[in-house]
Amino acid sequence: MPHVLLGLLATGDKHGYELKRAHDERLPQARPVAFGQVYATLSRLQRDGLVVPTGQNRDGGPERTTYALTDDGRAALDRWLTEVEPPLPYVASTLLTKVAVTLLVADVDRARACLAAQRQAHTARLRELTALKHAPAASLDDIVAVDFAIAHLDADLRWLQTTLSRVADWHREVRHEPATDS
Amino acid sequence: MSQLQTRDLVKSYGRTPALRGVALDVDEGEILAVTGPSGCGKSTLLHCLAGILRPDAGQVLWRGERLDTWSEAARSRLRRTEFGVLFQFGQLVAELTAAENVALPLLLAGTGRREAREAAVTWLHRFGVAELADVRPGEMSGGQQQRCATARALVTGPRVLFADEPTGALDSLTGEEVLTTLVRVAREQRTSIVLVTHEPRIAAYADREVTLRDGTVDHSGLGLDAPLIGGDR
Repeated sequence: MPHVLLGLLATGDKHGYELKRAHDERLPQARPVAFGQVYATLSRLQRDGLVVPTGQNRDGGPERTTYALTDDGRAALDRWLTEVEPPLPYVASTLLTKVAVTLLVADVDRARACLAAQRQAHTARLRELTALKHAPAASLDDIVAVDFAIAHLDADLRWLQTTLSRVADWHREVRHEPATDS
Repeated sequence: MSQLQTRDLVKSYGRTPALRGVALDVDEGEILAVTGPSGCGKSTLLHCLAGILRPDAGQVLWRGERLDTWSEAARSRLRRTEFGVLFQFGQLVAELTAAENVALPLLLAGTGRREAREAAVTWLHRFGVAELADVRPGEMSGGQQQRCATARALVTGPRVLFADEPTGALDSLTGEEVLTTLVRVAREQRTSIVLVTHEPRIAAYADREVTLRDGTVDHSGLGLDAPLIGGDR
């Protein structure tokens, strides 16, 4: 959050409300940010000398403080952007946990049904996102964010498919059924 | 309205069963993804639907008629006029230019040379490769070749396009571009697509998805109370 605000301020001075609106526009797939969070973050950034208030603006509405990026703020933003994100060492996910518990407690039929139902939900969402991406009104920001979601759903779906096959194979082994008989 | 259907389709290669009773409907203008792991029977199903392979048992119905009982010549004619076929790669005639490749189905159907050439160039333009009209496949990238192959598959205005892993050999961005154009054009001219793929993100372009498993349609997940393993119905 603090770095997103620094990034938004790098494109020009803004007050809190403008920052909230720019955030929600720029990251349309993210959850809209709360005003309170914007103001709390701004006051921390000000305390650390990364932003500075440049004036009050009334415009007939409530009084608003405009903020600008300081040199330290620009340097902090630059550091953050050039720092490579470490790949996640291991993905923790409710989906994985749920499937692990399903395999622990459910019989094979039920486990397969749960996996297949999950796959259907993921598939439906993937289809929605694909349509969203190709909508005429989609901006580059939309497409980049949707691509990210699609890539992750695609990975989940491949994993669900592999797990379904593993469960089926394991079941065959237990029942000594021929491979063509699932 | 359903224009292409299969009933209890069975096909084996020697003693290896590939399809073990597949029932499927493809509606007019529908984009249907057929997914499933390798060896599940996807490609065999597509070849039976397109009239390339004859099933051992069961039926393939094209607008209510038993396509599977037609002669090779009649099925071949259908494939030239009403069907289009698109594979992963290697479909263009190496000795012909892009425009000649795309014009080929029209020439075979009796269209005049100049008219076929004009149509071919228009289609190459739609797929963003008009500048390659006089270039031979050997001098094109994989993505450019696949764009030409896609244009050729659509040039006759087929009612159904059969696409077997059409973006399988392309990087994801190029694949996306080819697929996006393919889907847009198909929707414009109400061409149905049977899209065989093992990639979830490709299947997501379809209106509907059918998963095959061991030669039958996988119905698991339709409801947690449905009977699942052992019998597919």
